[in-house]
Amino acid sequence: MATAYTPGLTVTNRITHRCRRVLPIPGDVLVAVGDTVNARDVVAQTLMPGDITPMNIANMLALPPADVPECMLKSKGDRLEIAEPLARTKGIFGLFKKDCKSKVAGTVESISRVTGQVMIRGEPEPVQVRAYLSGEVVEIIAGEGCVIEADVSFVQGIFGIGGEVWGRIVAACSSHDQELTADLIKPQMKDCIIIGGARMTDQAIRRARDVGAAAVVSGGLDDEDLRDFLGYDLGVAITGSEDLGLTIIVTEGFGDIAMAQRTFKLLASRQGDDASVNGATQIRAGVMRPEIIIPLSEKEKAREAESSHPDSELKLGRAVRIIRDPHFGLIGEVSNLPAEPQALDSGSKARVLEVRFDSGESVTIPRANVELIEG
Amino acid sequence: MKNIDPDNVRVILATDCGSTTTKAILIQKLDGVYRQTHRGEAPSTVEAPFADVTMGVVNAVTEVSELAGRRLIDDRGRIIQPAGGDEGCDIYISTSSAGGGLQMLVAGVVRQMTGESAKRAALGAGAIVMDVIASNDKRRPHDQIQRIRQLRPDMILISGGTDGGTTTHVVQIAELIAPAKPQPRFGRAFCMPIIYAGNKDAVSMIEGVFDDTVDLSIAENLRPVLERENLGPARDKIHDLFLEHVMAHAPGYDKLMGWVDAPIMPTPAAVGSILRTIAEQQDINAVGVDIGGATTDVFSVFDGTFNRTVSANLGMSYSISNVCTEAGMPNILRWVHFDMDERELRNRVKNKMIRPTTIPQTLEALIFEQAVAREALRLAYVQHKEFATTLKGVQQQRTVGDTFSQQSSGQTIVDNMKLDLLVGSGGVLSHAPRMHQTAMMLIDAFQPEGVTTLAKDSIFMMPHLGVLAQVHPKAAMEVFEKDCLIYLGTCVAAKGIGRPQKTCFEYAIRGETIDQSGALAFGEIKLLPLGLGETATITADPARGFDLGAGAGRRIERKVKGGTVGLILDARGRPLQLPADRDICKRTIEGWVTSLDLYPTMVVAA
Repeated sequence: MATAYTPGLTVTNRITHRCRRVLPIPGDVLVAVGDTVNARDVVAQTLMPGDITPMNIANMLALPPADVPECMLKSKGDRLEIAEPLARTKGIFGLFKKDCKSKVAGTVESISRVTGQVMIRGEPEPVQVRAYLSGEVVEIIAGEGCVIEADVSFVQGIFGIGGEVWGRIVAACSSHDQELTADLIKPQMKDCIIIGGARMTDQAIRRARDVGAAAVVSGGLDDEDLRDFLGYDLGVAITGSEDLGLTIIVTEGFGDIAMAQRTFKLLASRQGDDASVNGATQIRAGVMRPEIIIPLSEKEKAREAESSHPDSELKLGRAVRIIRDPHFGLIGEVSNLPAEPQALDSGSKARVLEVRFDSGESVTIPRANVELIEG
Repeated sequence: MKNIDPDNVRVILATDCGSTTTKAILIQKLDGVYRQTHRGEAPSTVEAPFADVTMGVVNAVTEVSELAGRRLIDDRGRIIQPAGGDEGCDIYISTSSAGGGLQMLVAGVVRQMTGESAKRAALGAGAIVMDVIASNDKRRPHDQIQRIRQLRPDMILISGGTDGGTTTHVVQIAELIAPAKPQPRFGRAFCMPIIYAGNKDAVSMIEGVFDDTVDLSIAENLRPVLERENLGPARDKIHDLFLEHVMAHAPGYDKLMGWVDAPIMPTPAAVGSILRTIAEQQDINAVGVDIGGATTDVFSVFDGTFNRTVSANLGMSYSISNVCTEAGMPNILRWVHFDMDERELRNRVKNKMIRPTTIPQTLEALIFEQAVAREALRLAYVQHKEFATTLKGVQQQRTVGDTFSQQSSGQTIVDNMKLDLLVGSGGVLSHAPRMHQTAMMLIDAFQPEGVTTLAKDSIFMMPHLGVLAQVHPKAAMEVFEKDCLIYLGTCVAAKGIGRPQKTCFEYAIRGETIDQSGALAFGEIKLLPLGLGETATITADPARGFDLGAGAGRRIERKVKGGTVGLILDARGRPLQLPADRDICKRTIEGWVTSLDLYPTMVVAA
């Protein structure tokens, strides 16, 4: 294999970011190329076909299925309201007729003479897609949606829960290694994106939700606290659809771990700016990581240098983060890259590298257990 | 499929395109025998920005080409065929599980009968079954419709009713699927492929239910009578549609389909194919397991009946947290012979889940991962046993003689006492630092009884050989025997429970390199040397209440195969029970670790 290490997460002060916004089924696109949109603007909408409710008329009226079409009071395509008669038996000599009333409002979609089943399609449900990213529409996907582009500061987390939210950035911690505790979260942080430092405590998460914060971003989280907050143990990392009133993003991992200094500095420097945040995480084929996107103002665009994109090659001197125990979470630089596989304490043989910390201490780590840090 | 003269085949190239890695192997005829000579791998290129599977194939083949010193790719980036001099190959074949493999929704009238038959057909064809919709699945019809709308399968299989029986119920199922208008996973513009394999009398009614927004195909009823399954035609139809629809819409596959000499198979279908061939040719019962990062596949052939299950969320990286949730942390820690902090472990497990490519660096981390693997394998095998059953709903004819041995239909056909060969593959089994660890993980999880040969497929070559068996069975068998399997040895295990320190069985082993006899007390496990390629004859007398395959307390005499680990005599009893007291459990596991020399001694004492 060409690479045996994990490419790092993106943390950059300026990048041109594109966001694809599409409907789940075809519909109307409400914007045009060149339009400037706000994150909360609706850019596309459609009507999702309503729910289907089957009603077995043959069973309900004790009829042979083949007789159902003749007993129908409504035809295919007809509209009907709740409790409106849908079918009626012929009765005995025109007497003792029995009605079958609709359980739902909607339209008759099909009538089966094989099973005696009638399908009623409910009211269509409107589906809207918002811009999510404040920026310029650069492409229209006909009947589906659009692509929005903006110059932004961009931070990827390692794991998150909860969906897309918007809010103003506010720092609750004063350093990257300060634990985010409940007392640091104030009522005025309502609708904000709260930036913590190291691990966020379970009390802090609950307090953030109670004050109505949009999202909390911090370095670490205890699995037990996550389980308590979710109400269940997360089995696989496919998230984003949780509806808990708060989006959570962890930048480094699970446990007592401080946010990378560079990430903290970048987020703290954007205090007061509006950001778009999405906790959706999917760690399977087609990896999706949670993100914090902060559009730049014209003044900031002029000030911020375009972020350099260092190649993803593992080289001497490159900054890396250790992503597995022992030494989990520590950051250092590559000081040696032996070519031959070496025996690990576990007894396995693997390709390794040496990492030197600021303290001068060096450790040998499997290449699979480090990730590159940009910048 | 191209016409191939088997006698003129000298060089075979095979690839397996996975979601993350594309693996290539080269098979060459050396001194009249087919051998696997080189292998290479490269990252798969199905997803953006590459979006062309053939790029990964070319990269993996290029690596093989460089290692073999044989030119396999021409200047246009095509595989060179046929072989001539030191370039090209005579056969090129491939399997694929890229893009998450083949994902199916199946439906039947009765969940335990036609629903299960449909599930078996889909799993046997190499699919992941997303859900089974049935009249009696306890969901209300509109909930079923909602579920169908949410899923985005690659295709749908509908079954139900016996030929000549009632048609109403299966049509009712079709009527639930039609208005849900399920959308295919790939290609919004394409029609959803639906296979109907139910009561043949309902075909015209089913055709009337669906409009032209779906692509309806008809296959023979997979349960024509209650007493018999007929899965072959439905499986073949699934394979055809897999190639026509799923593969054709996956990026680059149209090109790849033009290169291969046999149809591309879903990877698990190819593994099933080779396991079935082996079991048939050697007249044995076999179980194969492939434990991956996200899923665990179990394949079995018992008395000629093949079954496959996919445990979708039991795996060692993406799904490791789910294993811990399903098994429970105490069940995992019972395999660990030292104390670990549970809070820290839970965080470690989640960190592995979010960074799935990391590997254990310390011995402690390795032991914990192998404990998780035991539970993942155990749970996957439990699911497999529950699924691999005799047909349910079959009327049983009983006589007075059956009064005390009445068996209902739907009993598992997996019988560990009849199991002859157990094959393991997947990172945690294949890359264990000591093969003893692989053998013990297999024994602890599967708990084979009697005499069972253990092996591992070290580089997961079974998919390649499964397809090869379709075009060149001789080459496939020769490579399977010589290069695919690494024999670990044989496990001789007694079924039954006894009292500690009481004799479980006495044994005498005679062979060219071994001549030993002795007795094992209940609770003991012992490793005897019997190397790769060596065989010996074991004579064993189980104590009263213990069974080694000939019945309780009855002597067995069997030939056993050696391997890289040796001969393992297991008197720990079946079912394997670990002490409930944590301290006693730790000491027990430590004793087993020492007996099998599983880990370096310095940690055993820790």
